[in-house]
This record gives sequence, C-alpha cells and structure tokens, in this order.
Amino acid sequence: MINKIVNSSQEAIQDIYDDATVMIGGFGEAGSPIELIHALIDHGAKNLTVVSNNTGSGYVGLAALIANGQVKKMICSFPRTANSTVFAEMYSAGEIELELVPQGTLAERIRAGGAGIPAFYTPASVDTPLAKGKESRIFHGKEYVLEYGIKADFALVKCHVADRYGNLVYHATARNFNPIMCTAAHTTIAQARSIVEAGQIDPESVITPGIYVQYVIEVNEPVNESELVADNKRYPW
Amino acid sequence: MVNTVENIGWSRAEMAKNTAMDIPDGSYVNLGIGIPEMVADFVPEGREVIYQTENGLLGMGKVPAEEDENRELVNAGKKCVTAIPGASYFHHADSFAMIRGGHIDICILGAMQVSEDGDLANWSTGAKNAIPAVGGAMDLVAGVKRIFVITQHVTKHGDPKIIPKCTFPLTGKHVVERIYTNLAIIDVKKNGLFVRKMGPNVDFEYLQERTGAKLNLYAESTA
Repeated sequence: MINKIVNSSQEAIQDIYDDATVMIGGFGEAGSPIELIHALIDHGAKNLTVVSNNTGSGYVGLAALIANGQVKKMICSFPRTANSTVFAEMYSAGEIELELVPQGTLAERIRAGGAGIPAFYTPASVDTPLAKGKESRIFHGKEYVLEYGIKADFALVKCHVADRYGNLVYHATARNFNPIMCTAAHTTIAQARSIVEAGQIDPESVITPGIYVQYVIEVNEPVNESELVADNKRYPW
Repeated sequence: MVNTVENIGWSRAEMAKNTAMDIPDGSYVNLGIGIPEMVADFVPEGREVIYQTENGLLGMGKVPAEEDENRELVNAGKKCVTAIPGASYFHHADSFAMIRGGHIDICILGAMQVSEDGDLANWSTGAKNAIPAVGGAMDLVAGVKRIFVITQHVTKHGDPKIIPKCTFPLTGKHVVERIYTNLAIIDVKKNGLFVRKMGPNVDFEYLQERTGAKLNLYAESTA
C-alpha cells in the first residue's frame, strides 16, 4: 500500500543532508512551508543551496534558516522584501552567495528541470547584465538567452489539501512556485492544511499529481508569517 | 511662472487615471508595484479590463476591507487583493507563459530611468553594495505587447529620469511605448520622444528643462 503520510515535520525532513539543493515554495509568505522550514532549522543541515523566489522576512521561516547560517547560496528573483534584512546583511558581509534570476526564467528553469528539459532559450534578460556571459542565439530575427533547467535534491512545499498518494490542491495565490517545485525535486515534502481520504479530491481538481510527492505532513493551523514578523518573533523560539 | 509648486503637474492618482484612460475595453493588463497598482481604480465605466498578477491570478479585483484580507490572496507587491467572479489561479510557470508568450496586452511598470529610445532601467542602481532584485520585470518587458511606464518626471534629487541613455543596468532595450509622468504624457517613437499632453501649468520649456533627452511636439493635426 502506498502511504506518503508522515506524522511529524521532523520525520518529513530528516533525510535532508549537508550541501543539498533545496527548493522552497512560496511567494513571500503565501505558500511558504514555514513549519517544514522550522523543522529544517531544528535538523541543522548546512551548506544548503536554496531555490526560492524571495529570501524571507523578519527572523522566521526562510529568513531564520538563512540567519542560522545553513544557506550558502540563494537562487531567487527578488531578495528585497519589506522586513527582509537578514539576507541583505549577510550578502553585504559576503556570508551568502546570490544567483539572481528573472522571475519567469526562475519558474521556467524549475519547470524544465522537472520536465527533463536540460536547457531552453528565453527572450528575458537580453541586453541586460543578467545575460552577460550566457550563450545567446537568434531565432526568427530575435535574440534569446540560453538558460539551464534546475533540479533539486529536496523540495519543501505548502498546499491546502492532500491525500495519502500525494495528490495536492492549493489555495488561491499560495500555489505560485509550489507545483513546479514538486516536479523538479528528487524528494518532495508537502505540508497540507488537511489530509483527506484518497478519492475525496476530484481528479479534475488535482493540481499536483501524487507521483511528484514523496512525503505529506498535516499542519492544520500553520503559523502566519506576517503576524510573527509584526510581533518580532524569532525562530528558534 | 508665479504658480506654487503644488499647482504644477498631476498627482499620483491623476497619473494613474491618465494611464487608465488609454487602456482599451477588453484588455488583459499586468500592473506593476507602486503607482501602477492604482490604475485599476480609474478604468472608465463601460470598459471591462482583466488584471493579471504574476504570482498566479487572472482576474485580480479590488483591495479588500481589512476584515476580508486573506494572506494567501496577494498581488505582485504581496499586498492583499481579491479575485473577481470568473478569475482563475495558476502556477508560476503558467503565469510567465502568459507573460512571455505574448498573451498579455499591456504591462504598466514603474521606472528608475527611461531612455529616448525606450530602454527601461527599473531594477538596480548598479551600485556596488546594492542588493539587486529583478522580480518579473525582465520577463514582462520581453513578452507583453505594449509597455507603459508610470513615473515621477524627475528623481527625489531633481535629476531627470528621461534621458538620452540609461546609466543604470537595463531591464530591457527598446521596450517602452509611452511614459506617464506627473508633468506629461510622452510617446516613445522611432524618431524621438513626442509629448502627447502636458500637465496643469506645465509648458514645453518647463518640461524640457526637467528632461535629459530632447522632446518633440506633435504637429497640431496628429496630437
């Protein structure tokens, strides 16, 4: 019998090792798997390369993982968010690397990684410093830049509803990078607000088919990142 | 010129309104962060415009009352929004397929600098210690059919933002079609910058003094 449900966030992330590449879903706090990130802080894996659109805010979630010195490199599109000081300080001090990627290129690199496409050409970033040193090619009279697919060892994602097969449904704009990250990682760990019986999710409504997900953990009432930041909370508590 | 400073040019809301007036009925529009976010409030009655936000929503509605805020329903600036009846959600690769694939009619963005041939710089000053952050801007200017810019005409220090060549790192080359500032509405044409309209109490000389690039006036018949 297939049962991907695990009983704790600690158990879900225990296989993450030093030097791993970890994709973390979310656009700001929407869709960010904060309980899984906190479990990764408790776990302590270090020298991680993290792929995520932003770099967290305050001293919780992704910002806390960075503050804890576990991330050697961020691959992201927008490391500057309100209350995002941890990354800025460490970057200025030379303590963390940054690979800045246009947001659509980041999404497509992740999609390509998951779809078995090693590289692709995109018009984004042509004639800008972000295309410097990259191969380019003319198609139909227009220039495009070569970008490579990204794969990860692990993906941490957040969804709304899951089942034991790992089928996932998301909520509103908390979907964002989560579904494509599920496809691009060797091991995908999903936290869900609720886990239902197989068959209770309409197959027409499944956004992430279970084949892309290895572990599911129920987190009924996930913490609210912006409230924690407003209250100056720090993780570890 | 006896006018007080307050009387010269348009307010932020008026800049957003000027832009909204130029959005045709039935358009699909992506709005950037800042003044562009206000454009949706001014679309004239009788026009239906669908707003796309890069983080996965087609059919973005108005800002909700505080008690109706949902932290999982946000715009590109991570502010709470609503979804209109008939909206759809999708993941980031689909969102940028929409953007890069040429399916969006108009994108309205902010700017640090715009050059006279339509180059846009809006993501980094290029300073050594700056934290660069690009977001979706490079994909938007590469893929959306028409790019409108809303910006103050000059910087906080009074330096012109519309200049012959951008000195900041580019977001895209030859991408801007029209610039809406507090002082004027300016078309970027192959043969130069053409003033479509000037704000209250702005005359051409005043406008040109605050513009780094050469401005042109349309002949009366084409204005």
